[in-house]
Amino acid sequence: MSSNPAPSGAPLRLEAVRKVYRSGDSEIVAVDHATLTVADGEIVALLGPSGSGKTTLLSIAGGLLTSTEGRVVVGGQDITDRSPRELTEFRRTTVGFVFQSVNLVPFLTAEENLLVVAELSGRSGMSRRDARQRAKELLDELGLGHRAGNLPSQLSGGERQRVAIGRALFNRPALVLFDEPTSALDTKIGEQVMELIQNEMRSRGTAAVIVTHDTRMTHYADRTVRIVDGVLSDDPVAAGHP
Amino acid sequence: MSLAVTELRRRPGRFAVATVVLTFLSLLLLLLGGLLDGLFLGSTGAIRAQRADVIVYSDTARDSFLRSRLTTEVRRQVEQVDGVEAVGGLGFSLLGATVPGETDLADVAVAGYELPPSGVPDPPSAGHAWADERLREAGVSIGDTLAVGPAGTPITIDGWVEDTNYLQQGALWVTLDTWREVQNANRPDAFVAPDVVQVFVVRGAGGDGLAAAIDAATGSTSTLTRDDAVFALPGVSEQQSTFNAIIFSTLAVVLAVVALFFSLLTLERTGLYGVLKAIGASTRRLFAGVVIQAVTVAVIAFVIGGVLAFVGDALLPGDIPLQLTPGRYVFTFVALVVAAVLGSAISLRRVTRIDPASAIGSAA
Ligand SMILES: Nc1ncnc2c1ncn2[C@@H]1O[C@H](COP(=O)(O)OP(=O)(O)OP(=O)(O)O)[C@@H](O)[C@H]1O
Ligand SMILES: [Mg+2]
Repeated sequence: MSSNPAPSGAPLRLEAVRKVYRSGDSEIVAVDHATLTVADGEIVALLGPSGSGKTTLLSIAGGLLTSTEGRVVVGGQDITDRSPRELTEFRRTTVGFVFQSVNLVPFLTAEENLLVVAELSGRSGMSRRDARQRAKELLDELGLGHRAGNLPSQLSGGERQRVAIGRALFNRPALVLFDEPTSALDTKIGEQVMELIQNEMRSRGTAAVIVTHDTRMTHYADRTVRIVDGVLSDDPVAAGHP
Repeated sequence: MSLAVTELRRRPGRFAVATVVLTFLSLLLLLLGGLLDGLFLGSTGAIRAQRADVIVYSDTARDSFLRSRLTTEVRRQVEQVDGVEAVGGLGFSLLGATVPGETDLADVAVAGYELPPSGVPDPPSAGHAWADERLREAGVSIGDTLAVGPAGTPITIDGWVEDTNYLQQGALWVTLDTWREVQNANRPDAFVAPDVVQVFVVRGAGGDGLAAAIDAATGSTSTLTRDDAVFALPGVSEQQSTFNAIIFSTLAVVLAVVALFFSLLTLERTGLYGVLKAIGASTRRLFAGVVIQAVTVAVIAFVIGGVLAFVGDALLPGDIPLQLTPGRYVFTFVALVVAAVLGSAISLRRVTRIDPASAIGSAA
C-alpha cells in the first residue's frame, strides 16, 4: 500500500476567510477574516464558546460550506471557487470528517461502515480486497478488531466514535476535521478518544483540526487557536503537549 | 449502490408494507389483464384465425356479421377487382346446443366457411363439424352428435381446432350449406337464401387500397381490413378501453404508492444522506440507491403476484375467461418497473436538497 500522497503545500491554508449568513434582512458574520495555516502533521485545537463560528470555519475548511470571501487551500488544492459537485469529489478524496453526533450507517457493521468510503469512490478507488484489508488494519489499530462485525447499535459511544475515526482515515486524507468529537462522551472515554486521535494523527503525520469548547482537551493538540465572534487569535497559553 | 441493496437485505421489514401492497397491485394488474385478454381472445378467435386481408360486409350491415348478407352477384364483382386472389363465404349462427349426457346447453357459434382459417382443416362433410377446444369444457367429445338450436339440428364432431371462438361461444366449423340449414331451421326470421352468405373473406394484395377498390367496384359493400373487423365485433373495443382504463388507473396507484413510500423513506434518511454527502457521496449515487430499492421491491412484488396469479388461474373455474399470456406478464413487468422508477423519481428533489453541511454541528 502506498503512503500518504505528498501534498504540495500545507494541509490547510485559510486566507482572510469571511462567512456571512443571510437570513431575511439580517446578516450574521459567523467567521470574520480568519487566516490560519496548519502545517504538515500538525494538530490544531480550535477553541471557542458556543456560536463563535467553530463549526462554520471547520465546514469551510472541509468543503462543506463555501466562504463569502477569502481563499481556502487544502493540501495544495484551492477549493475557493469549486462547484458543489467538485466539492463532493474533494471531500471524498482529500479530507476526513468526524462529527459530534452518531453518524454511522445503522444497518452496516463497523467494518462495512469503513468500506462505505471505498464504495463511494467506485471504480476509481482501491480493489475490494485491498479495501477490506485496509478496513481490518484500521479497526485493529483502533482497538476494534473484535468488533468489526458489530452493528453500531451494538457498540458503545466511544467505540462508535472510533469507527467514525477509522472512516475518516480510510482514504488517507491530507487533513482530518473533528467537530467536538468527544462532547457526546463522558470525560474518561472522551480522553481516551482524544488520546487515540492524537496517536493516529502522529503516527501517520496527518494534520488535524479539532473543534472543542472544552479547555481540558486542548493539551492533546500541538497548538490552540481561539475563536470569539468569528475572529481567530493564537492562544500560546493553552498550547502545549501532554 | 450496494448500500441500497444491503439495506434491503438487512432490513426487509422496512420494505414489507410496500412489497405487500405492490404484490396485490401486481396480482390485480395480471388478473385484469388476463381477463381482458381472455375476453378479447374468446370473442375474436374466429376472425383472427381468418387467413384474409380484408372482410367484405353488405353496406347496410354497419360492420356486423349477423346483419350482413351478400349474394353470388356481389361475389362475382369482388372477384373481378384487381389484386383479389381468393374469395370465400362466411356466416355465423349463435345458438345453444344440447350435448349428449349433459343437462346444460353449450353456447356454440356455428360457422359456415369455404376458405379454411389457420388451424382449421378443409370443410368437413355435410352435418359434420370441426369444434373449438373450448367446447370440451361443455362436455363435448369427438364423435358426439350435438342437437343445435331449438330445432335440434344434428351436427357431429369430427375433430378439434384451437382459438377460433366467436363472441365467447365455441365455434363449430361447418360447410356453408350446413350453416344455412342450421340458420334457417333455428332462425327462420333471419332466413338465408341459397348461395347467400354473411361476409366474404378476401385474400389479395393491397390492404386498405384493396378494401376501397372492392367497395368502389360493388357499390353495395363495406370492406374492412381483418384487424379492423376484429375491433368492429360487438363489445370488443368497449372491453379494451374499459379494461385499459382500469389497468392504467391501477398503474397510477402503483406509482403513487411507490412515490409516497419512498419519499417518506427519504425524509427519514435525511440525516444519513447528509452524512454520506459530507463524506463524498453524490446526489446521483444516493438517488440511484432509492431507484434500485424501488425497482427491487417492484420486481419482488411482481414475482410473488405473478405466482399467485398463475396459481389462481389454475384454481379458478374454467368458465371465467381468464387467460394469462406471456405478453401480459411482460407488459405488467415493464409497466411496474416504469411506475417504480417514475414513482421513486419524486424523491430526487428531496435527495438533491439535502445539504451536506447538515451533517455537521449547527452549521446548517
Ligand atoms: N445556517 C445558518 N444560518 C444562519 N446562521 C447560522 C447558520 N449556521 C450558523 N449560524 C450562526 O453562525 C454563528 C456561528 O455558528 P457555528 O455553528 O459556527 O458556531 P459554533 O462555534 O460551532 O457553536 P457551537 O459551539 O454551539 O457548536 C452562530 O451565531 C450561528 O447562529
Ligand atoms: Mg458547532
